[in-house]
Amino acid sequence: MIKFLNTLSIFILPFIIVVILCFALYKKTPAYECFVEGAKDGFNIAVRIIPYLVAIIVCAAMFRASGAIDILSGILKPVLNYFKIPAETTILMVTRSLSGSASLGVLSDIISATGVNSYATKLAAVITGSSETTFYVASVYFGAVGIKKFRHALLAGILADIVGIIAAIWICSIFFL
Amino acid sequence: MNYIFIFLILISFICAILNNRMDIVVNEMLRSSQRAVEIAFGLIGIMAFWLGIVNIAKKSGLVDIFSKLIKKPLLLIFPDLKKNNDALSNIALNITANAMGLANAATPFGIKAMEDMQKENQNKQKATNSMCTFLAINTAGFQIVPAVVIAILSAAKMDNPSQIIIPTLIVTTIAFVSALFFVKALERFYK
Repeated sequence: MIKFLNTLSIFILPFIIVVILCFALYKKTPAYECFVEGAKDGFNIAVRIIPYLVAIIVCAAMFRASGAIDILSGILKPVLNYFKIPAETTILMVTRSLSGSASLGVLSDIISATGVNSYATKLAAVITGSSETTFYVASVYFGAVGIKKFRHALLAGILADIVGIIAAIWICSIFFL
Repeated sequence: MNYIFIFLILISFICAILNNRMDIVVNEMLRSSQRAVEIAFGLIGIMAFWLGIVNIAKKSGLVDIFSKLIKKPLLLIFPDLKKNNDALSNIALNITANAMGLANAATPFGIKAMEDMQKENQNKQKATNSMCTFLAINTAGFQIVPAVVIAILSAAKMDNPSQIIIPTLIVTTIAFVSALFFVKALERFYK
């Protein structure tokens, strides 16, 4: 089952691309021009996240180099060991609801600390990829129309974030351990 | 985020003194800022490729077809919007664009949907049930392909970055469903 799903993972991207291209062919869309137009945004996105990346990568790298992460993981050791959670991913669980770009920074730091093929990296990637930043989304959408009373929206978002983290730990232990 | 930023740096300096590792920490501080820029530049190629591909889907009308398909099931989640067709269409477009990883294209639709819902809102300061539901499912961040994460992994030369797609999809679906559950369950307690 897991093996099948892993193979499926590899085929999803080609499948989506083939569907998009065939549909464009059918609709006679100028695919090449659309591609180039859309691709221009890739550069903008990369440049736009640089300040956020610098801020959080420096923080996370210092936190690790100072030995603070060892103290933290020492305290949380029983819990982390029981659920097979790598200590490096604990910072990510805090930042993911607050800032998407910061989470990308933490992910990058985990990659350089533990190696790109490590379990910590895979778990961090799934956590980062499976969520939107709750507080950012709330401030943009409610801010745009002047809503001041959020009612239960934030609480529901945060509870869902917590469920998401637990789900990520569980699913990753099935797939990658 | 402000507190986390300050807290992480201050704690690091304190621990550096306690562990006698100040030289390592300062070195790491200088080197990692350089690394951050290298990471960002490593993303450009893959991000450009993916955004190019999905732009074809947007221009050919494939995104519109998908959003029409999900409009009916959406009525189950947003029963209040039965008469507010504009809001429902914009929500559908927002969810479709988000699912394809087009966050930039999704945000304007999302704001449009909020404005459409605000028109029928009695108390302009307070969020309606539909608004809260829309926000909650947006924070769950349903996405078919987590393009940026894959870009980072592949820039770091992971053996097979697409192996995270299915696990991510399962987790994001669980988060999506639980967001929906929580927002509906809490609705009656927050008037």
